[in-house]
Amino acid sequence: MYVPDFEYHAPKSVAEACAILAELGDRATVLAGGTDVLHKMKVGKLAPEHLVSLKHLDELREIREEPGRVVIGALASHNQIYNSRLLQRRYLSLSMAAHTMASNQICNLGTVGGNIVNGVPSADLPPILIALNASIRLTSAEGERTMPLEDFFHGSAQTRIKQGEILTEIVIPDQATTGSTYLKFGLRRSGALAVAAAAVSVQVAGDTLHGVRIVLASAAPTVLRVTGAERSLVGRRIDDDLLAEAGYLAAKASSPRDSIRGSAEYRRNLVEVLTKRALRKAIDEGHA
Amino acid sequence: MAQAITDKDGVKRYLITLNVNGDAHTVLVKGNAILTNVLREQLDLTGTKKGCELGDCGSCTVLLDGKPVDSCLVLAIEADGREITTIEGVAENGRLDAIQESMINHAAVQCGYCTPGMVLSAKALLTRNPNPSEQEVREAISGNLCRCTGYVHIVEAVLATAQGRLTPDDH
Ligand SMILES: Cc1cc2nc3c(=O)[nH]c(=O)nc-3n(C[C@H](O)[C@H](O)[C@H](O)COP(=O)(O)OP(=O)(O)OC[C@H]3O[C@@H](n4cnc5c(N)ncnc54)[C@H](O)[C@@H]3O)c2cc1C
Ligand code: FES
Ligand code: FES
Repeated sequence: MYVPDFEYHAPKSVAEACAILAELGDRATVLAGGTDVLHKMKVGKLAPEHLVSLKHLDELREIREEPGRVVIGALASHNQIYNSRLLQRRYLSLSMAAHTMASNQICNLGTVGGNIVNGVPSADLPPILIALNASIRLTSAEGERTMPLEDFFHGSAQTRIKQGEILTEIVIPDQATTGSTYLKFGLRRSGALAVAAAAVSVQVAGDTLHGVRIVLASAAPTVLRVTGAERSLVGRRIDDDLLAEAGYLAAKASSPRDSIRGSAEYRRNLVEVLTKRALRKAIDEGHA
Repeated sequence: MAQAITDKDGVKRYLITLNVNGDAHTVLVKGNAILTNVLREQLDLTGTKKGCELGDCGSCTVLLDGKPVDSCLVLAIEADGREITTIEGVAENGRLDAIQESMINHAAVQCGYCTPGMVLSAKALLTRNPNPSEQEVREAISGNLCRCTGYVHIVEAVLATAQGRLTPDDH
């Protein structure tokens, strides 16, 4: 398969990468694991004049604990997230979300940063990261900014990354939540994108829900937080009817499309069931 | 950064080092050269196969720093200086690896197209986890599609290798 030619850059530091990107403007594309970029170049959807590889930026591969937060470098691979002892201990739900992704071979190449910046609504990591209230750090020649991951996505598979910016880190703040989970339905167990998926986090005290986040994948043109369904739960006593009602509201708020992976109607149905089950799992099993 | 050389027609190439199966090879590649193609065409290591070329089938699997990756989605220049194991590097001193013996003995090979990738995925699994469950074997090879065998004999062959029985019990 033909890959269009390009000029290749492999900066040695984030600062150097930012300087190169500032100079090249829209002629440059960032290359992380390459599983999306090379795929697009091969099928003729992308032909950048310049590729700026992040391969030397090893400091962005780290997953670490800091006071008040867990920090994940944008270049951490899906398998790193799956295998991280730290994440398994604190947010097993996130590790398991990485494990629902593509094959082992792709999970060794693909990165969390690429999964986010790619911007598609079927991406597996953004929903659970948003449920965990993660924010992202973006760096460019002009400086650094931080934003809630939730605000990064908009429109139809659009993101708010600006030209010249590199996503450097994902920050998960320490949680008031007591549980979280990601449930995905794919057509096969391995190597299949989500037909629909639901990530939730819950804050349970006694038999009452004090806080909830519900975020859906493959259920709208962008990753979708369903605040109406969340509100229906807050301050209420937990029972199956309540969770079923939230599933119904989540499905109502979704706007999935018909595709080869599933009809809109089928997907809406999946959203209802997955939301209800995810809530139950997060309530009963914690961050699992 | 790899040394760049521009020829008289203005085509830029990079001098990179690929450490393949323990040998350092210096090769001149264009930026858009894909690792699978460089292994096959420049290093003559044709054991690495090309199927979908889009990351779906796993026939191009190699180990990059010990981990299985689809070499069809890796630029050769991205692998500069890194350790690569291809199927040619699995046998040692002319002796097949236990996984390869076991695959033969279990009739886990039919057309053979998936086999190099399958062996490398299995090898990486057994290196990391010498005693895998059937579920773990199935997961480890889930990125390697086989259109012939139905997987049963392959899974059996890998499990048997882990248990040190290289010949099948009963067929
Ligand atoms: C066979 C196959 C199966 C797949 N299955 C799944 C799946 O099940 N679930 C799923 O969610 N995805 C899946 N994907 C998609 C892909 O693997 C993931 O989205 C992956 O996380 C992308 O990461 P990457 O590092 O390879 O990104 P790249 O291809 O390197 O980059 C992707 C995009 O992000 C930009 N980018 C990357 N990193 C940064 C950064 N740090 N700063 C700024 N911009 C950046 C790039 O410029 C590009 O636009 C699959 C892909 C393939 C080929
Ligand atoms: S040829 Fe690389 S995965 Fe199919
Ligand atoms: S033996 Fe033919 S594809 Fe596996």
